[in-house]
Amino acid sequence: MTPRPTSRRGAWGVRRWGPPTVVLVAIAAAWELATAVLGVEDYILPAPSAVAHALVDRWDSTLASATWVTLTEVVAGFAIAVGAGLLIACALHFSRTARSALYPWLIGSQTVPVVVIAPVLAIIFGYSLTPKLILVALLCFFPIVVATLDGLSAVDDDLRRMMRTLYGTRWSIFWRVELPAALPSLFTGLRLSAAYASTAAVFGEYSGSSDGLGHVMRQAVPQLQSALVFAAIALLSAMSVALFVLVTALETALVGWAHEGKSTNR
Amino acid sequence: MAGRGRDTPVSPAPGSPSDRVRARADLAAGGSGPGPGPNPGSGSVSGEDQGIRLVGVTRRYGGVAAVERVDLAVPPGRRLAVVGPSGCGKSTLLGLISGLDEPDEGVIDVLGATGPAARLARCALMPQRDLLLPWRSALANAAVSLENRGMSRRAARAAVRPLFARFGLAGAEDFLPRQLSGGMRQRVAFLRTFVAGKEVLLLDEPFGALDAITRAEAQEWLRATLEAEPRTVVLVTHDVEEALLLGHEVVVLAARPGRVAARVAVDLPAARSRRELLATAEFVGLRDEVLAALEQGSSAPSVEPERL
Repeated sequence: MTPRPTSRRGAWGVRRWGPPTVVLVAIAAAWELATAVLGVEDYILPAPSAVAHALVDRWDSTLASATWVTLTEVVAGFAIAVGAGLLIACALHFSRTARSALYPWLIGSQTVPVVVIAPVLAIIFGYSLTPKLILVALLCFFPIVVATLDGLSAVDDDLRRMMRTLYGTRWSIFWRVELPAALPSLFTGLRLSAAYASTAAVFGEYSGSSDGLGHVMRQAVPQLQSALVFAAIALLSAMSVALFVLVTALETALVGWAHEGKSTNR
Repeated sequence: MAGRGRDTPVSPAPGSPSDRVRARADLAAGGSGPGPGPNPGSGSVSGEDQGIRLVGVTRRYGGVAAVERVDLAVPPGRRLAVVGPSGCGKSTLLGLISGLDEPDEGVIDVLGATGPAARLARCALMPQRDLLLPWRSALANAAVSLENRGMSRRAARAAVRPLFARFGLAGAEDFLPRQLSGGMRQRVAFLRTFVAGKEVLLLDEPFGALDAITRAEAQEWLRATLEAEPRTVVLVTHDVEEALLLGHEVVVLAARPGRVAARVAVDLPAARSRRELLATAEFVGLRDEVLAALEQGSSAPSVEPERL
């Protein structure tokens, strides 16, 4: 769980970003100092300064395009997962038949390890974008479906009854009661998925690709270009954090009513 | 003094912008079934003098009767208060009248409608918990029924906004429910029920969740509101004073199974302060009568009701 902002302003303020930044700087400093004092070779553990160097030196030649490729996979795959996840969750919510027919298979789809399925997809689809999108979407949609479905069915039945006496149809109850009520739960699923997305993309690239951060790492490791590997990791982490922050910002904007101020009147 | 004709009930500010918007919404929602017009009090569709009638209504859950052979009648524009101990099927009764639930035996007639869908179109239910949508402002909560009928958000809110002052809610429009006091939330919930424009209001312990002082204020407020905007009301409560203050008639239910134990017509001296009213001999006498009926109802054996 992320720390909840106490106010909308605090979300983007020093209170929120200050402490993690201090920790980051402290670790980097200790790291830098340790490698210098202990005389660790760059290919074993590059100092943060070496990583920064690699980041700048290799940006134009390698990292820029690799970041772009991976970012595309992550964002597009995540978007597909959100779309498919919401669609499936709603279908399962509306139809008992769909629920009993599909739910076991949804769970089944999660029992296949990504490590195994990634090479298979690479065989079928080659080095293209498709297998990465499938991997990212496959890994990300499950938490979204489960969380959304939970949120939709957790709605107070008295609310539904009350809405029915106020001209509420199945659709208007869904739109005005169930969906908004499910949003906090949905966002929990989205945040989990956002954390998985880049892992899945890198797995896809490891199994067969011609570009992307995973590709860069796979090439750099045997060449002992450790600084480049770390630079790629840093970019990947930044990407994940950015996606996470984006989702959280959207959550704050959409379901502020659930988090701000006093507890809700349940 | 039953059957007082209510052919020309007070209509909320005729010709006001909100009326015009509502009329438009009525057109927009034309396909939404045989519901009554959104502007309450514009005369019943049939023009007949029909209220609510329950004849021999029994409802069982898993073989256990929640209510048994209940007969009730509420003339149009009158208020019936139903009191009884917990477990006497008060809420079941409202669910049945509203059309959310169907009886196992007996007939329920709401303004000529006997089918559940048609009853649902005529009844608005106000629950004990306010059940406001926590993500909607007070205004948007009150307007939700208009949106359900196909009106745009903007039009629905514009139509409801003028009612806030009349319901003692001026200034509360843009607050979220959690920012309002319990009494205010309950008023918003009532306004939401009222805006639905149904002829029949079913109130399920509307002030049960409020503290005693707030509840007294809320009762006064509801009484005044319903005097100005008469509706056919069934009020369920376990508070005898509330039943006498708000009902034209009080029906006492006995528990397990829920059945009618006594009927008390309420005829109180008019227009005084609540405190004075509560001290009048008439009120004290009626309260004693209801309390006695409650006592007898709860001590009666559940198989063969004693003669009252």
